[in-house]
Formats: sequence, C-alpha cells, structure tokens
Amino acid sequence: MTKGIKEIEIMLDKQGIAQRIAREIKDGYYVNLGIGIPTLVANYIPETMDVVLQSENGLLGMGPFPFEGEEDPDVINAGKQTITMLPGSAIFDSAMSFGMIRAKKVNLTILGAMEVSENGDIANWKIPGKMVKGMGGAMDLVASAENIIVAMQHVNKAGESKLLPQCTLPLTGVHCVKKIVTELGVFDVLPEGGFKLLERAPGVSVEEIKNATAGKLIVEGEIPEIVI
Amino acid sequence: MNKVVSGADEAIRDIQDGMTLMLGGFGLCGLPENCIAALVKQGRKQLTCISNNAGVDDFGIGLMLKQRQVKKMISSYVGENAEFERQLLSGELEVELLPQGTLATRCMAAGYGMPAIFTPAGVGTEVAEGKETRNFNGKDYLMEMAFDADFAIVKAWKGDTMGNLVYRSTARNFNPVMAMAGKITIAEVEELVQPGELDPDHIHTPGIYVHRIFQGKDYEKRIEQRTVRVKQ
Repeated sequence: MTKGIKEIEIMLDKQGIAQRIAREIKDGYYVNLGIGIPTLVANYIPETMDVVLQSENGLLGMGPFPFEGEEDPDVINAGKQTITMLPGSAIFDSAMSFGMIRAKKVNLTILGAMEVSENGDIANWKIPGKMVKGMGGAMDLVASAENIIVAMQHVNKAGESKLLPQCTLPLTGVHCVKKIVTELGVFDVLPEGGFKLLERAPGVSVEEIKNATAGKLIVEGEIPEIVI
Repeated sequence: MNKVVSGADEAIRDIQDGMTLMLGGFGLCGLPENCIAALVKQGRKQLTCISNNAGVDDFGIGLMLKQRQVKKMISSYVGENAEFERQLLSGELEVELLPQGTLATRCMAAGYGMPAIFTPAGVGTEVAEGKETRNFNGKDYLMEMAFDADFAIVKAWKGDTMGNLVYRSTARNFNPVMAMAGKITIAEVEELVQPGELDPDHIHTPGIYVHRIFQGKDYEKRIEQRTVRVKQ
C-alpha cells in the first residue's frame, strides 16, 4: 500500500495513536504500558485522573523520566529506561509483579503487536529464522488481562496488513485482544470474530481502511472521525 | 551463622562445568556484577544460565556468551544482545524462552518447596508444546515445573553477615525469588553490615536462603536506556 503526501499528513502519527488510546483509560485504573507506542500513552493521561502505572519489572507508581543528572540506575521501567517513582509508589519482586497481573488486579494492558487476527490472537515476539527477542512479560499479560488494547501501525514495512484472518507468526496469546488503535482507525475485535471499525483517523476513508485490512472488516453505518 | 566469604572468587570457587546457575537482575539493573566478572575469569563451560535477559554484548551475561561458556540460556527477553541472537540463530546456543512471569514463578516455586505451578501464560502458543495442560474453572493453564539450580547468584543493596538481604528500588526484580531458589545461594551486596543493623521488619530475603555473602566492589551499574526530560 502506498500513501500520498496528503494522507500522511492527516492520518494519526504515533503520538496521535497514543493520544487516542489514553481516552480508554478510566479514573482509578491500574495500567500496564508496553514498550514503544504504548509508553507514549502516559503523556496523555489527564492530570485530573487518578491512574497508577505498573511496570512489570516490579513497580507501581511509575513517574516521568528523571531530569538530566538525576538518573538512578536502580530505577528503571520494563523497557530498561531510567524513570522516576511518584509519591505512593511500591516496589516488589518479579514473582509478585506477575502475581498481580495473573490475579487481574491490573485493569488495562496496552501493548504493541506485529500481527493481530480477527479472533483476537496476537503475535509480537518472534519471526522464525530472523528475529528472536523473546516474549518478555507479554504472554503473561495477554493470558490474564481482561482489557487488552493493541497500539500498532496498520501495515508492516513491506506494506502488508497486520490485521489478518489468522496470524502467520508464532502466537503470543489467543482470543485476547479487545481493541486496536492504528494510524488509520479504532477497531473492536468482536468475540464472534472480525474487526469492527469504530472510528476513522482524520481524513482517512473507509475504503482506504478496507484496502489496508486483510482480515474481516465490519463497517456499520456512518463511521465518525477520531476526535482527539 | 556467619556466611561471609572474602569475595566473588571464593564465592564461586566450586562452580563446575555443566552446572545450572540462576543470575538475578533485569536488564543490567540489579546485576551481580562481581560474580559475573569472576565467572568470566574462572572460565567454566557448558553452563545453563537462568536469567531474565542475556546482558548486552560487552556487559553482564553477554561477557560469558562471548567466551562460549554458556550451553543453554533460559530467559524471557534477549533483544539487547547481538552476539546472543547470532549464536541462537546459528544453533551454537541452546535457548529456552519463557514468559517472564513463568520464569519468576518457577523460581518462586523452588523457593517455596512446590514442585510445579499452573499459569495461563503461553496457552495456545509454542511455549505450551510438550507441557501438561489442565483446565480449572473453564480456563486452560500450563503446568510449569519449579527450577532446579545448583547455584543462585544475586545482588542486593545491603546485607548482614547472617545473609539477610535488602534490595533497592527496581534492582529488586528477580533477585529475591532467585535467592530463595538455589541449592547454594551467593549474595553480593553494596554494603555489608553487622547483625542488628538491618531492621527485621524490612528484610526482603531472610538469611536462611543465603549461603555465602560478600561486599562487592567497583559497581558500574550501567544504564541501558538513559532517558531524561528537560527542566522547564
């Protein structure tokens, strides 16, 4: 899929995707943010909202990056970035960290993906023969979280759709993704299968989204533009 | 109950070729730097290493990989190490990748004397291959066995001569669960203190789990991703 300059200007960039996902966060939520676009979501959570970020290496209460010169090598997030701890933070070991994830104490998980299938399967940890980074905490998170949102680009670098009838890469989890936000739109993954288009990115047509989606796309009625 | 040894060389003296080691840390945070340096110097081979990550090319377990000391890695995320990826893709290195929570909980099970745990992580994926699946209350879980490690090597912030340990911030990570899980557990600490100097209410790892302790030196505490914000 190729894009004209006009479209690049009007569809969502990474910040836009993050900004739209931030609207899914509710007051009182404990949220786990994955590496990449999900990390950016933290920048768009309204200050009036009471939200605690969980970092699976063992921290509740993750704050912003430290000021230059105040980095502490003992205070990092799951992406190994230097961070700060907000007042009221709690530290725990890795077993307890995944204990609270497995026990569904974390209300929302936001993570990236290489592929998502129309029945909610997700693949994001391995390309056989090419890339093996490992699953990190992603398999634990998707197996237990009740509310999983995927933040990703709609197509891969080769221009192929990442919203598929079935994943082609080794799976991270099955029947788990509930919602996807890409640069083109917002989609619910229906329990009976299929990507239901909820919102379009500014200036992007339903036709363009159809062309970029290999899996079953469900379009009902007028699809509003994303309001950020 | 004095567990103090002179340093890393003495602490790891009886590690043999082919043994299974647990190494604490998350990325380069909370890494037993002194013991890893001693292991590189000692040069034992055919080791199985259980650690969340495999270090970077020139630090942490990456140094042991470079010397071909590691036969098998059991980890959850290895993306930061090009030499690791090369050895893995060429088949020189055996690797078992596990979900991070599974890795932590298999350590915990060993420390709690439980033979196995059940977790939903990995159900329906290649992680489930060859593993027993059980259904509880309508949901599938994988049976994952407790680890069996000859040595657990951890890093703590403070420790006393009896082996009681306190960790600092997110350098805690895998260290407490691994400390509980080794047949022999070695702890290196930034500050070694006398019994009574640590508040019993604040101990993270009780000394019963620790067999050898020493005060480490020259901690580099490398930062993998230095991220900062600008003062407005």
